[in-house]
Amino acid sequence: MSLNIQNLHANIGEREILKGLNLEIPKGQIHAIMGKNGSGKSTLAKVMAGHPDYEVTAGEVTLDGLNLFEMAEPDERARAGLFVAFQYPMEIPGVTIANFIRAAVQARLPKGEELDAVEYYELLYKKMELLKIPRNFTSRAVNEGFSGGEKKRCEILQMAMLNPVYCILDETDSGLDIDALKIVSEGVNAMRSPERGMLVITHYQRLLDYIVPDVVHVMVDGRIVLSGDKSLALKLEANGYDWVEKEVLQQA
Amino acid sequence: METKPDLNIDRSIGDFHYDVNYEFDAGIGLSERTIDYIADVKKDPDWIRDFRKDALRKFESMPMPTHWASHDLDNIIFQNIRYYLSQGTQPKRSWDDVPEDVKRTFERLGIPEQERKFLAGVEAQFDSEAAYSNIKAAVGDQGVIFVGSTEGLQKHPEIFRKWFGKVIPTGDNKFSALNSAVFSGGSFIYIPPGVKVKHPLQAYFRINAENFGQFERTLIIADEGSEVMYMEGCTAPKFETSTLHSAVVELVALKGAKIQYITVQNWSANVFNLVTKRGLAHEEAEIKWIDCNIGSRLTMKYPGVIMKGRKARGEVISIALAGDGQHQDTGAKMVHAADDTTSNIVSKSISLGSGRSTYRGLVQIGRHLKGCKNNTECDALLINTESRTDTYPAITVRGKENACQHEASVSKISAEQIFYMQQRGISEGAAMSLAVNGFVNDLVQQFPMEYSVELKRLIDLEMEGSVG
Repeated sequence: MSLNIQNLHANIGEREILKGLNLEIPKGQIHAIMGKNGSGKSTLAKVMAGHPDYEVTAGEVTLDGLNLFEMAEPDERARAGLFVAFQYPMEIPGVTIANFIRAAVQARLPKGEELDAVEYYELLYKKMELLKIPRNFTSRAVNEGFSGGEKKRCEILQMAMLNPVYCILDETDSGLDIDALKIVSEGVNAMRSPERGMLVITHYQRLLDYIVPDVVHVMVDGRIVLSGDKSLALKLEANGYDWVEKEVLQQA
Repeated sequence: METKPDLNIDRSIGDFHYDVNYEFDAGIGLSERTIDYIADVKKDPDWIRDFRKDALRKFESMPMPTHWASHDLDNIIFQNIRYYLSQGTQPKRSWDDVPEDVKRTFERLGIPEQERKFLAGVEAQFDSEAAYSNIKAAVGDQGVIFVGSTEGLQKHPEIFRKWFGKVIPTGDNKFSALNSAVFSGGSFIYIPPGVKVKHPLQAYFRINAENFGQFERTLIIADEGSEVMYMEGCTAPKFETSTLHSAVVELVALKGAKIQYITVQNWSANVFNLVTKRGLAHEEAEIKWIDCNIGSRLTMKYPGVIMKGRKARGEVISIALAGDGQHQDTGAKMVHAADDTTSNIVSKSISLGSGRSTYRGLVQIGRHLKGCKNNTECDALLINTESRTDTYPAITVRGKENACQHEASVSKISAEQIFYMQQRGISEGAAMSLAVNGFVNDLVQQFPMEYSVELKRLIDLEMEGSVG
């Protein structure tokens, strides 16, 4: 059982961004993708989620054997168990966090079944406590006027409430101070489970001190060019991305 | 001539009709004979018969307001309309006495149930006349009068005649003249001094017949220090031909009185809804219109408040939803005619598909006044590029010590927002609904609970219908 990406090619307009990407994340593992700006990391997250701006030109992604691209709408993919914590989450004016997450939880119930409001709030408050989010947060509009740290915590709260099978965290560390980074990482670590796979996309090694990955991949120009254990992240930090590009070129 | 397509939006709640035998039918078309027929059936006193005939002459002499309003008005053929249809002029006091064919309509719309749950009184109008009208005994015992306009003018002429046609003169506009000529139904309400009616009074207006015009006339007088909340709802089946609804509503709030008037308009997409609503607020009185327009083909409605007493307050809160083929032309009029008067206008419109919404606002503060304040906010939300929104504010502020503030915004629900919500598992239609409900959320919270739930449900239905 895994999230399996085979030879994925994707364009935005005429420009190819993903150029034959291969990656398999078995359930129970956390993988990290590191790479320079513009290497295609965020594109990977959006393509998997089904963002309408991107076109998949070749390749296949399976979610525990289910063909992801046979699900045309982003919401079908989400209900099949895929969750993306975005780098820049959207503001939804006037829609409270409580109502928003409730609508998402309700969407996962069989038709005709109503969410039990009491149970829902109990669970919501429990998860909020874990992420050190104050109670009055629930009546604020989704991401509206949030600080960077609040936005990221709100993403992790949604992830915790929706219980996804595969999670992609896109630059979750960006815009976080060290205290917020610790809280968010604790929230993510609490969701580590043999029943769940996670992909952490990041720029910096720092995040991986808190969310320790099983495997680290390096992405260059729309492909995974190097994979290794967590020490690879430290090596990257010490030598910079130019070192990877040289290494790859030498092998080629 | 401009015609508009009728698009199939889910209006399952109101879109049904039963065949009914009408005892009284003024026939098709409008003439002095129509007026005499209506006056005879209703046993109008002479002054009302004369009032009607004078109004007919004014109506005939006035041009259509198409020099500023939609040319779709030219599609109303006055000679093809039926102006009066009823099964009798006496409303029943008990649902058991309402004829079966009419009763089942209101039962299907849930009116008797709502009455039991949370209303102080109900009037249910079916085409030209109220089929049912009743007020809870406890409220009636306080001296509150809640009857139809015919009963009001016959049984309470001393109050009725003093205010009738005084807030909105017959010749105010072509459609107020038409209403004054053929009016039937609507409510007459009088709240005695100091009486605060705890629960809302409600009127429900139902059009059942094709090629029909409904012209109810409502007059509400809140005596000194009294308070009342009035709610109206309306539906009609979706016919092939167009239907006309043209009401006149006059409110009078005497010293220190408060009137809240709430409308949830959900006419089917073939109804021309051309309504004149205005209130007169005396010293320290407060009039608040909460106006929600979801249905109709063309709505033109600009509820107003004339603040004629010191420290009077006027407010218009409006929500308009213009779906495919609909035009919601709404707004507010605030006339400050005394010192220290304040008014507030908050208008939110949503346009989707080929729907169009227009805001027209008129605020007047005279030169000799001081201490007056107006705040106007109008926000428009566009769901796709085909839709259109216009704002026409007309603000005249004279005098030195008055303040006026106007803010307007236009926003769109972006593809990125919809994608974000879909990534959480929410379908495109439900995501649209959430965003639209979010947009109007702060206004909906001012509605009584039962109505805000209904409003949310209506928005959900519209949004689901709007996504492929």
